[in-house]
Amino acid sequence: MTSVTKAAPVATLSSSTIARLRELAGAENVLTEPEDLIPYGFDGTAALKHGAACVVMPRTSEVVAAVLRFAVSQGIPVVTRGSGTGLSGGSVPVDGGIVLTLVHLNHILEVDPANLTLLAEAGVITKAIDDAALPHGLFYPPDPGSMKISTIGGNVANNSGGLRGLKYGVTRDYVMGMEVVLPDGSIAWLGSKCVKDVAGYSMKDLFVGSEGTLGIITKVLLKVVPRPKARRTLLASFDSMEAAARSVSKIIERQIIPCTLEFLDRRTCECVEDYAKVGLPTSAAAVVLMETDGHPAVVEEEAAAMEAIARECGAISVEKAADEAHAVRLATARRSAFSALARIRPTTILEDVTVPRSHLAEIVAFVEEVAARHRLQIATFGHFGDGNVHPTILTDETDHEEMERVHLALEEIFAKTIALGGTITGEHGVGLAKKPFLSGQFDEASYALMKQVKLALDPRGLLNPGKIFDLDR
Amino acid sequence: MASTKEISEDQRKSAVRPLRHMADLDYSVVQQCMHCGMCLPSCPTYLETRMERNSPRGRIALMRAIADGELEVTREFGEEMYYCLGCLACTTACPAGVDYPQLFEHARAEVEAADVLFTPGRRFWRWLTLRQLFAKPWMLRAVGRMLWLYQASGLCALVRKSGLLRLLPENLRNLEPTTPTVCRHFSEQLIAEIETPPARKYRVGMLTGCVQDLVFSDVNLDTVEVLLANGCEVVTPRDQGCCGSLHAHNGDLEQAAIQARRLIDQFDLASLDAVITNAAGCGSHLKHFSNLLRDDPAYATRADAWDRKARDISQWLVEIGFRKPNGVAETSQVMTYHEACHLCHGQGISKQPREILKAIPGLEFVELENATHCCGSAGVYNITQPEQAGKLQREKAACIAKTGATLVATANPGCHLQIQNAVGGETVVKHPISLLAASYRAEKGEAR
Ligand SMILES: Cc1cc2nc3c(=O)[nH]c(=O)nc-3n(C[C@H](O)[C@H](O)[C@H](O)COP(=O)(O)OP(=O)(O)OC[C@H]3O[C@@H](n4cnc5c(N)ncnc54)[C@H](O)[C@@H]3O)c2cc1C
Ligand code: SF4
Ligand code: SF4
Repeated sequence: MTSVTKAAPVATLSSSTIARLRELAGAENVLTEPEDLIPYGFDGTAALKHGAACVVMPRTSEVVAAVLRFAVSQGIPVVTRGSGTGLSGGSVPVDGGIVLTLVHLNHILEVDPANLTLLAEAGVITKAIDDAALPHGLFYPPDPGSMKISTIGGNVANNSGGLRGLKYGVTRDYVMGMEVVLPDGSIAWLGSKCVKDVAGYSMKDLFVGSEGTLGIITKVLLKVVPRPKARRTLLASFDSMEAAARSVSKIIERQIIPCTLEFLDRRTCECVEDYAKVGLPTSAAAVVLMETDGHPAVVEEEAAAMEAIARECGAISVEKAADEAHAVRLATARRSAFSALARIRPTTILEDVTVPRSHLAEIVAFVEEVAARHRLQIATFGHFGDGNVHPTILTDETDHEEMERVHLALEEIFAKTIALGGTITGEHGVGLAKKPFLSGQFDEASYALMKQVKLALDPRGLLNPGKIFDLDR
Repeated sequence: MASTKEISEDQRKSAVRPLRHMADLDYSVVQQCMHCGMCLPSCPTYLETRMERNSPRGRIALMRAIADGELEVTREFGEEMYYCLGCLACTTACPAGVDYPQLFEHARAEVEAADVLFTPGRRFWRWLTLRQLFAKPWMLRAVGRMLWLYQASGLCALVRKSGLLRLLPENLRNLEPTTPTVCRHFSEQLIAEIETPPARKYRVGMLTGCVQDLVFSDVNLDTVEVLLANGCEVVTPRDQGCCGSLHAHNGDLEQAAIQARRLIDQFDLASLDAVITNAAGCGSHLKHFSNLLRDDPAYATRADAWDRKARDISQWLVEIGFRKPNGVAETSQVMTYHEACHLCHGQGISKQPREILKAIPGLEFVELENATHCCGSAGVYNITQPEQAGKLQREKAACIAKTGATLVATANPGCHLQIQNAVGGETVVKHPISLLAASYRAEKGEAR
């Protein structure tokens, strides 16, 4: 973790540069006062902060292109920003750079029920996409915890996951095409509405998960699917993490693919319950939120089977959501887990390690052992079905001695993850926060390839510089 | 926090400081925000502009920058703190438990101390309202009396015709036609100092409020009737005055502390089971007197006790299991419920008023879309930010129109007036307690 607690002095832009930006984007869409800029100095990541030189809020792709062309011609770095909920520092400003926030590009352009697609501008809020699909009986499944405020552009740039990854996959699985502004100011359309399309490289895939380092996504063409007719939500509690993990493995082994298998440890349950008051058990060592959706008959059958498996594996209790509203409340409560954990200590450092599913119990146990050994409070929750866990360190960034121990613990957790064949980030991206740990996971050839791609698209290295990896390493 | 530690006499004196600012806040309150952004979609001003500074997260970042010495208190900062509605929707939305009300009050106090919004007119109006009118019960009453005469005597119509109003500043002039009609009687003329029910189960103190006392003294009377009907003896001290919420929300924490002490002094807390308020805006403030007075050794403990006993009327009634009414006062009316910000967000009270309303026979309850969205009244926001307030008011009126309701229940005088002005004469706005009181009265064939 690169930690910049105090804001470093910020390089400013010349008045002629600002004047030109005002001409290009409209004066009211260019922010330069300190009171305007300070709130753009961070995203959702703990202990990362840097001042922006200027914020531009374009309202069309053409303005995005014009601003980017101008910035690149002047050698000014550009950081693209959605809603700034990222958890790896991806949209934290860089020194002397422009922050280009796309929240005004927020129109849904088309819902096409005949082709099961939806076209939206990049600044549309994730939940608004699913809301627009609903009246057509359609469904946009990726549902990151932040879906009420994250933008679809940010989701694509981070290839975000959600609570339904096990059955429905992640954002990438729904991107059919996109409009992207390249660093030279050209606007490219990638992909199509065709279910099958192998004309040329799959360029759109290059931009999924590119974290704003290759181009600025301005429109996204998404796949939507028929809305499941039925849904069943269960809440199983266990007196050990191992028992919970065992039941999850059993469910998958028996070839049941529920849409959600989320788990929360005791501390997470306590915090979430404190906030949401939805009746989560706060005495169990682990709670698993299970959800199956689809055809009503299948859903009933799967729910019954999951309940039986949970009991077989020693669940203390298995509770069914009373109705749809209760199910939604439970899922919403789970989505607030990360923020709710901030109730305990001043600094909440969330990790995102992912391992092959068979190693889940092992990594969770390892995190517990590390926490005890380094005398740290670590709460863990996550997407059990995806092998993606969020060990969350509850600490205080101003306590240097404790932060030392935090760093040691993180290094050990990352090393263990990689040893188990896992990845240091399953869904939050590398950004700034995970950059120092990337080298453990990549060999030299992979680095060289990433660098080549970056330089081919952005030869001057002005798009979100210093994120994911450094060009000069 | 000094109250729990041993403190010397000197410290004790200096602890009762006249002004409280960002720097006096426990840093952990500022630090509590982990900038996740989960509050953004609930904030009316962010949704309007989509600029971070107009969001809770952005405002807290500015406050933190001031606490950290990275930003001076500037005019821009001051304007931002007054563009915030203080609706507290962000508090409900925040999973991290950020105490936005405290942050907001201290930030406004900081703005006032730095005087960055100074204009001679503003200083005069603030002095007149915060330090005179709402600081001195007799003065508010005198003005109330004059306003009543003005409205009742027909002078009001004459003045409107004469064009004299042009002398007022524009924001106030636009507001004149919406000036509430003042009640003929103050609460004290309607309620005895001690009212005792036939079978006494509880003994409670009653807060009459300032605006409530002036404009809605009938709601106060209804509250006492309902309490009596539920076995509560009601103690209503005379000359209560403002609880100080108006001062705290407008950056005058010094006067707010004076008002709080005065109010605490008027009640013999030990003899009471609860202290009851029926105005949401007061309730959300006066449940936190301990924050305001925690450095005052003479009051800190009593303020704690006060906080523990303060109750909103609907909260109290549900707590003691109120008697379900069976009189039908208004038949087959469609009714809906607007949640006052300072009841649902400020006090987390949502279920209780509904439970009461649904228990009233003869009324059909329909849920209001976006019931928890601010109506734009927000204290004096409709005076200081008429544009944004007007927008929220129109949105609220549109949602009400969709329900087809002819009766809107809400539990705060500000919202009451704001909504009544929005829906016009056909639709009536009432306090939930007034509806309950009417139903109790109808049981006995009474009317008022
Ligand atoms: C409470 C909470 C819960 C969360 N839950 C989840 C979860 O369950 N799963 C998950 O995967 N993530 C989760 N996140 C992380 C975060 O919300 C996602 O990464 C989200 O996709 C970020 O969207 P944003 O609009 O806020 O993007 P930002 O944070 O603004 O940006 C993220 C990155 O994308 C780049 N970017 C943004 N827009 C564009 C664009 N149009 N073109 C090119 N690059 C762009 C930025 O430069 C940056 O690198 C959570 C975050 C919070 C605070
Ligand atoms: S106020 Fe709460 S919800 Fe809003 S950004 Fe801060 S922590 Fe998140
Ligand atoms: S109080 Fe209301 S207007 Fe102010 S920041 Fe919170 S949600 Fe926004």
